[in-house]
Amino acid sequence: MGRGEDWVVENAAFRIEGLRKSFGPVQVLDGVDLTLRPGSVTVLMGANGAGKSTLVKIVSAVHPRDAGRITLAGQPYAPASPAEAIRAGVVTVHQNINDGVVAGLDVATNLTLDRLNGSGAGFFFNPRRVRRQARAVAERMGLRLDLKAEVSALTLANRQLVAIARAMAHEPKVLILDEPTSSLSSAEADRLFEVLDRLRANGVAILYISHRMSDIRRLADTIVALRDGRVSGVFEGPALDYEGAVDAMLGKKTSLDAVVVQDASDPVLRVDALRLAPGARPFSLTLADGEIVVVTGLVGVGKTALAETLFGARAPIGGTMTLDGAAYAPASTRRAIERGVFLIAKERTESGVVPDFNLYENISLPFLKRLSSFGVANRGRERAQARAQIDSLGIVCRTERDDLQTLSGGNQQKVVVGRWLSQSARVLILDEPFQGVDIAARRDIASKLRASARGRATLFFLTELDEVFEVADRILVMSEHTLVGEHRNSGVDSQRLLAEIAGRIGKAA
Amino acid sequence: MTDETKRDGAFAASGGRPARVATTTAALDIAIKYGFLALLAGLIVFFSVMSTGFASAQSAVFILQSVSITGILALGVTATLVVGGFDLSIGAVATTAMMASAYVMVVLRGDAVSATLACLAIGVIVGLLNGFLIVYMRVPDLLATLGMMFLLVGLQRIPTEGRSIATGMTLPDGSVATGKFSPGFLALGRHRFDLVVPDLLPVSVVVLLTLAVLIWFFLEYTRFGRLMYAVGSNARAAQLAGTPVNAYRIGAYVISGVFASIGGVMLAARLGRGDIASGNNLLLDSVAAALIGYAVLGASKPNAFGTAIGSLFVGVLLQGLTMMNAPYYTQDFVKGAVLVIALVFTFALSKTGKR
Repeated sequence: MGRGEDWVVENAAFRIEGLRKSFGPVQVLDGVDLTLRPGSVTVLMGANGAGKSTLVKIVSAVHPRDAGRITLAGQPYAPASPAEAIRAGVVTVHQNINDGVVAGLDVATNLTLDRLNGSGAGFFFNPRRVRRQARAVAERMGLRLDLKAEVSALTLANRQLVAIARAMAHEPKVLILDEPTSSLSSAEADRLFEVLDRLRANGVAILYISHRMSDIRRLADTIVALRDGRVSGVFEGPALDYEGAVDAMLGKKTSLDAVVVQDASDPVLRVDALRLAPGARPFSLTLADGEIVVVTGLVGVGKTALAETLFGARAPIGGTMTLDGAAYAPASTRRAIERGVFLIAKERTESGVVPDFNLYENISLPFLKRLSSFGVANRGRERAQARAQIDSLGIVCRTERDDLQTLSGGNQQKVVVGRWLSQSARVLILDEPFQGVDIAARRDIASKLRASARGRATLFFLTELDEVFEVADRILVMSEHTLVGEHRNSGVDSQRLLAEIAGRIGKAA
Repeated sequence: MTDETKRDGAFAASGGRPARVATTTAALDIAIKYGFLALLAGLIVFFSVMSTGFASAQSAVFILQSVSITGILALGVTATLVVGGFDLSIGAVATTAMMASAYVMVVLRGDAVSATLACLAIGVIVGLLNGFLIVYMRVPDLLATLGMMFLLVGLQRIPTEGRSIATGMTLPDGSVATGKFSPGFLALGRHRFDLVVPDLLPVSVVVLLTLAVLIWFFLEYTRFGRLMYAVGSNARAAQLAGTPVNAYRIGAYVISGVFASIGGVMLAARLGRGDIASGNNLLLDSVAAALIGYAVLGASKPNAFGTAIGSLFVGVLLQGLTMMNAPYYTQDFVKGAVLVIALVFTFALSKTGKR
């Protein structure tokens, strides 16, 4: 950051100043400044909901901005549509690979697809000319693929390369890649990196969005950390401070006074030599009665895989589990629930709520069998159970018969939490339960869970360190589908914790 | 305009609005909720005044009888709509069941019980096949059941080389079929129970009402029905709540198949023969009834009560128009118009539709 401002202005390919955007009452971007230099890779890091995708969508003109100035090579940049953004030389490769290619067409047509919409395109489609143009594009990119092959037959990595090559056919000045390696293997990612190296050498300014530390180490010239809609750190120079970047991205709470750490007592769940993915190191884990354990780590390191394995929604590659001293190998979510293992899944709208149901029907959903006699649901008991959860979690609603969709996001999340607190659990698993939840609802949920922790083991999966320190007795760090560190939540060695999260420590252990 | 005046303007504009908005939304809510029932009542009053003889027990029973078979099919397809699916094969299942019952009795000389059991078995098997195609073969529901429809329409013609089945027909091997529809079986279509007036209530109406109450109770009050709705609304959430989603989806197609085969039995009993040309309108009429049901009581979702009212609505409308001498060829137009209006009610006007 230390360099003179004047130098930056003159050489900046792409400069964003004071960018703001809100969706309704939510301020997603709150004055973001970002500079991309030609021939340089800027990595943008941020937790879920930090505003990365919104930033990308504003730059690629999918969303309009509320306020802020963007200049491209000194000229104002204000495209009215995604097509205009591309014409101005700012090209975006979106996260979903299949948004970037048309699977049913061959490689050559994909590479030249945008020209079919261009002003110079004639009425007739000339396959030979298309192939000639496509060959030129492919050669420039060093893309060695059969141009006649259908894209649906290609591997994900090759599809990604086609999408990028297609983007490069516009000869962009700025290239934005949104988590391009999230579905690639490491060998496939290496091929992508080679292409990016070539583009960097050609003077393209690249904005690279990723959570993967290995990508970031390989590519980054500059790291910008985004947190709650603001730039929380800029890191550059010959030796990049990766731990510092993770720290700035996740945020860290300094005072831990709210949590009184509980010591573990009787073990409830034991996991031995569990392997979550092929090639991942096996690990063991014990959860005790009354204890709140948090597994933290970056996105995509296997947290959800572990949650789903414990809940019987996914089969492990290997390992054994023991619940209350008896073998535990749930074949389905129903078996897990019968044994008292409950999961509050992440992404409430997709995996949690039943939108057409009212509040009490949502709460009783997993336990209808217990609330029915001879198959007939006992609505009186359902409603009484729902009222108890409304009171104890402070759900804001008129009655337990309100439609779920009339509730705010935070209250809907409370309903989902109330669902799984309405019957007693042996192991309660919560995967990112605070996603898209306002801070007041988050505090309500966290304090309720801490207060009711006796009689079960509670296991959270969280990315945000603020949240981790707020709820945990014990913190486990996950990286590359295995556990790499363990901390008691009092006087945590935060340097070590961040290093573990960043994947620096623990691999060899 | 300064900020100050802007804000004043906004206040002035909002000052008068909330009250009016509240009353109009309340009125709209009532219109959405009771509109269709009010329309039904209005139609009944209108036809009673305009046409002598409409307001009689016989006329009411006639209406119920005219919608009994489509009503039974519509109740079945409601089950598949509840789990977020669709069943286009119900019409073909009904006609296949009809042909099968005729074949069992006329050609194989079976009795009423074996004929009925054969029909129900067809319903179960087709339902399982549909469910298998949709759940395990991942064929989209509309396509799987469309394929099944074609398959059954063709299949029911093969045993008799495309001819209708009646006593005295010539079989493919040259012999003459000597079996008969058993009187017990025919009674399903022709017997009438005494209710206040002698010979009033046909068996088909009793079957319709019984099945309607059964499926209504099942969907609304049992945990199985509730979980079917959960599967239809958010299958992943239902699965993560421990619901065996695949079993419920297959079960819905079995219910649909069985109801359609019961409809086929009633059709065969009414006609007294295996008529290759009958049952053309069954699919469209029953799907229309189930979809009209979305609009009843502002449910905006498939529901058994709505389906029953939807069937009744179509029946009342057609009977009234017929008694007022409207030509028969306007019937499909009227049904189509009712369906379109009901769908607008459901999707454009109601709150859940908007989301």
